[in-house]
Amino acid sequence: MIDAINLHKSFSGNKVLKGLNLTIETGVTEVVIGRSGCGKSVLLKNIIGILKPESGQVVIDGQDVTKLSGKDLKALRMQFGMLFQGSALFDSLTVTENVGFNLIEHTDMDKQTILKRVKEALSLVGLYGIEDLMPSELSGGMKKRVGLARAICMHPKIVLYDEPTTGLDPIMADAVNDLIMTLHKKLGVTSIIVTHDMVSAYKIASKIAMLYDGKIIAEGSPDEIKNTTDPVVKQFITGAAKGPITQKENFNRNILTEGA
Amino acid sequence: MPFKKIISNFKKRFKTLLNYMGGAIILLLETIFWSFIPPFRRRQLFDQMYKIGVNSLPIVFLIAFFTGMVLALQSAYQMQRINAQMYIASLVALSMTRELGPVLTALVVAGRVGAAITAEVGTMKVTEQIDALETLATNPVKYLVVPRFLALIFMLPLLTVYADFVGMLGGYIVGVFKLHIGSNMYMNMTTSPLDLKDLYTGLLKSVIFAVIIAIISCYEGFRTSGGAEGVGRSTTLSVVTSFVLIIAADCLFTALFYFIGR
Ligand SMILES: Nc1ncnc2c1ncn2[C@@H]1O[C@H](COP(=O)(O)OP(=O)(O)OP(=O)(O)O)[C@@H](O)[C@H]1O
Ligand SMILES: [Mg+2]
Repeated sequence: MIDAINLHKSFSGNKVLKGLNLTIETGVTEVVIGRSGCGKSVLLKNIIGILKPESGQVVIDGQDVTKLSGKDLKALRMQFGMLFQGSALFDSLTVTENVGFNLIEHTDMDKQTILKRVKEALSLVGLYGIEDLMPSELSGGMKKRVGLARAICMHPKIVLYDEPTTGLDPIMADAVNDLIMTLHKKLGVTSIIVTHDMVSAYKIASKIAMLYDGKIIAEGSPDEIKNTTDPVVKQFITGAAKGPITQKENFNRNILTEGA
Repeated sequence: MPFKKIISNFKKRFKTLLNYMGGAIILLLETIFWSFIPPFRRRQLFDQMYKIGVNSLPIVFLIAFFTGMVLALQSAYQMQRINAQMYIASLVALSMTRELGPVLTALVVAGRVGAAITAEVGTMKVTEQIDALETLATNPVKYLVVPRFLALIFMLPLLTVYADFVGMLGGYIVGVFKLHIGSNMYMNMTTSPLDLKDLYTGLLKSVIFAVIIAIISCYEGFRTSGGAEGVGRSTTLSVVTSFVLIIAADCLFTALFYFIGR
């Protein structure tokens, strides 16, 4: 179980998380939605402990991530896989060395076994024959999938996905959705997925949580979210330009209409 | 009240400086700690040694060679007046081993290697590769800093010895072919005043310089923020800071050796 309790995080005065609470049961696929810049990536980084909140806790199976260090932190990280929004592949290493990074660094598996595991992970994301390429030789979508392969290569128990389908063509995006669902069903992986893609959110989520103004303002099953009466959530999921969210941010739309 | 403003400004700057020094010292301690923790990445160490050492040979050659020649020519201007040309060889040998060899090599390496390290680490920082390392249960200091730190500590003294010899070669060429000092004479005057102590004070300095270059360039890399522009900024800062610290440390140690040596 992952339990984020009253998280506060700000960057030089810019308050991003303002007392966020979120509980994710083991084996659940939780989708986090929210506007660009609202702090979804920051939330994921707090959960895995690469950012430390000013106050609040992240408790994973009884351990407070914000207080861990050394061996305990390492042991915890070994159970995690994370796909970064910008893939964050190591550009001085080949695809194999990227995907097999954990196996090479933290196990004494021989080269053949590692290569086999790497190929297996790559085939899960539909990539073949690119083992020896460098990240700079890949397309954006391929990088994303290599990042995904790296996240799942260690068979982690918890996987954090930061926009896994952004930048993929619709067919590949659906294949990634299927992959996430397979990991969930077959291996009981706990997943947290940040996405803007509502189609994929409805398809893969056990639960959807909406992050707004530094807090989780709504959480529920895909159906509950679909039929919400909350005007803010409604505006977001229907993608309407007019509504309470944009009203607050007083968008300057007049520029477009005034000139006409 | 401009005076108060100056004071508060000064306080702020002093705080930033202390912060910076504290951060760099902590990084140094962490690096030393992780240097002794297995697994030791031999392949990465050799890669870095090659990049830092072998690839610096041509530029160190050029700089040291020309410096040796200039030293010989400049001292000839003085020595010829008092008819003491043969001491040119000793002067070149001593200046190179005690002072110019270590300092010039360190400056060249700070410019060539330090800048590259900051740019590489800084780019990794802004593209979240450092974060990714952490999520893959790998300590960035152990993975990135330790091999560069050790490679610099091994290679900078070696490059310094190389620079010493190349500098003397430059002096020799000027001395023998331009100033017509006998070849044997020149060699004698080069080796006779040289003490082992001259060599190892130079080498000790170069180890200190290696620590400065490694820590400052990695620290600046880790501090990078703000995309490509940020990488540019921290690369410049890294080279400038290393230069200043190298010269300052050189001054300090030269004074120290001078007083100890007596
Ligand atoms: N390292 C950082 N330093 C300073 N500010 C940051 C940092 N990381 C994030 N922020 C700020 O935190 C806020 C939230 O950023 P975050 O990346 O979490 O957004 P997001 O919800 O993931 O958006 P998107 O959907 O566009 O990826 C932004 O205002 C951003 O400026
Ligand atoms: Mg994001």
